[in-house]
Amino acid sequence: MLIQLGVIDYCLLAVYFAFVLGIGFAVRKGVSGTKDFFESGRALPAWICALGFIGANLGAQEVMGMAASGAKYGIMTSHFYWVGAIPAMVFVAVFMMPFYYGSKARSVPEYLKLRFDEKTRGLNAVTFAGMTVMSSGISMYALATLLRAILGWNLHLCIVASGVIVLVYIFMGGLRSAIYNEVLQFFLIVFGFLPLVLLGLKQVGGWPGITSRLELVAAHHGMPEGAWSHSWKLTGSAATNPMGVEWFGLAMGLGFVLSFGYWCTDFLVVQRAMAARDMSAARRTPIIAAFPKMLFPFLVILPGMLAIALNVDGGGGAHLSLPTKGSSLNYDMVVPVMLGHYFPTGLLGLGLTALIASFMSGMAGNVTAFNTVWTYDIYQSYIRPNASDAHYLAVGRSATVVGIAASVACAYTAAKFNNIMDVLQLVFAFVNAPLFATFLLGMFWRRTTGHGAFCGLLAGTAAAAVHHGLSLPRGAETGIKGGWLSVVHGYPSEMAQNFWTAIWAFSACFVVTVGVSLATRQRKSDAELSGLVYALTPKPNEQHIAWYKRPAILGVGILALTVVLNIVFW
Amino acid sequence: MDLDVRLPIGLMFSFFGVLLAVFGLFSDPAMYAEHSLGINVNLGWGVVLLLFGVIMLGYALRARRRRRTAASIR
Repeated sequence: MLIQLGVIDYCLLAVYFAFVLGIGFAVRKGVSGTKDFFESGRALPAWICALGFIGANLGAQEVMGMAASGAKYGIMTSHFYWVGAIPAMVFVAVFMMPFYYGSKARSVPEYLKLRFDEKTRGLNAVTFAGMTVMSSGISMYALATLLRAILGWNLHLCIVASGVIVLVYIFMGGLRSAIYNEVLQFFLIVFGFLPLVLLGLKQVGGWPGITSRLELVAAHHGMPEGAWSHSWKLTGSAATNPMGVEWFGLAMGLGFVLSFGYWCTDFLVVQRAMAARDMSAARRTPIIAAFPKMLFPFLVILPGMLAIALNVDGGGGAHLSLPTKGSSLNYDMVVPVMLGHYFPTGLLGLGLTALIASFMSGMAGNVTAFNTVWTYDIYQSYIRPNASDAHYLAVGRSATVVGIAASVACAYTAAKFNNIMDVLQLVFAFVNAPLFATFLLGMFWRRTTGHGAFCGLLAGTAAAAVHHGLSLPRGAETGIKGGWLSVVHGYPSEMAQNFWTAIWAFSACFVVTVGVSLATRQRKSDAELSGLVYALTPKPNEQHIAWYKRPAILGVGILALTVVLNIVFW
Repeated sequence: MDLDVRLPIGLMFSFFGVLLAVFGLFSDPAMYAEHSLGINVNLGWGVVLLLFGVIMLGYALRARRRRRTAASIR
């Protein structure tokens, strides 16, 4: 399936690239030291940080992956937002930002150093740095293969060009340049995909039209009525919904462990909030971000649902064929197929630019997080402490180059050995799964010790690996999908296995951290822990802040709206 | 002076809007029948983008004017 581009499409793309580089060029003068380069001078208003916050997360995985899941699982995919992301974003804003921002830590690993000890920071910094480079490499590779598949472009050219563009604007402007571009990319993605949803909805006859067609999809898969159009109704048993998960695994695994773990502890997103100009702005960042985020299912999941609805023969002539991969549909091609179907030359250029923007924002988010963690938490801590600020700025800039070069290397590795990347991603998933337990205990229980945190993290990772090694999703072969120790338990789906792996990792980390903490001595005094632990930190004074700007009030409002959305699409 | 991000956003979307709308005015209607349910989406969406771009530019310019006045008072 090749899409033909016209002159105007190339013009739009070229204009976009010019603006991306122009922003980098324009902010480069403001970069005079490491604080500007890595923390954006801590001077940005909340709304910019907020759009950067979701922009950095709005990578290709989000845009193409959520559409793919929308087609595969229907409206249940919205749980990633309405159970997962939104409550987690409110939590990080209300409860965790005071420690991240208030502790003056410059990164998440550095917070771990202040709260616990050197080894916990080292573990987190090294795994996180490795993970960001890999994700950015995979993003690069995915973009290049996609552009080759739908436009016939040269793979090497795509990898190198996307790498160079991201490199140039981060090299020049650092975090501020990345955040400004994420804001631009955010609007571009919204305006680039919205027409797709509007045209698709118009064609199937709005929400009634899509639900009646989705019943055919459900029937075709042997699922009960409403399997694709209800988010909670069929979660009583794992067998009756397309995701193969029951409500507890969903709420605990996805909602509590995975989403809180990502939104509350991943430096990639937290870094955006930490760039805010003051504590109040930092706390409002995730909250402001939650408003658009709440509506994203309509932008990124609905296209997938529309595609699958149009893929069945519902009469009336409206039809769209999704390509197949083996015996099933190739869900990853949902967005490109929809773009090619609905967008004529002109709008096609806009849609394609939005798609490329999503890949680049994901990449840039990883690269800025990498260069910060590398410079502050690895280079300055272990390789060369006490150097001048100018020296660390130079190190940060070269880390950007090295990070991108390593991403390119990863992209080529992914191209060569598909499995190695899958294995590495799995390992990182094991490392990440328990993190939230460590932060939760660290922030809310002053007795948590460094040894406790470190052992807990290792135990959590081990528990994740063992659980994965002992379980297998239905229909999968042992190996990368699980069961590599021996198959003790079968899950109805890969999704269910992921959620339960996370639950096991979290629980193991929690229990071991508590146990080891009680058995070891707390080496940090209460004074040292002030600003790092809830009970020892003065509550932020909000008297001077207007009520509509207070994080707790805004947070409750958002949660209420999310409950409404859950009920509407029950 | 620091860059106001609304400026490049406003400029880019205005530019995109004008490009799409003008292209939409002079393009072949058959293209829309084939793809976008017969709707001239280039013209329509071009106008939407232009509107958004102009609003962003408006905000950016207002902020700049305010900063200038604030500076001159000082």
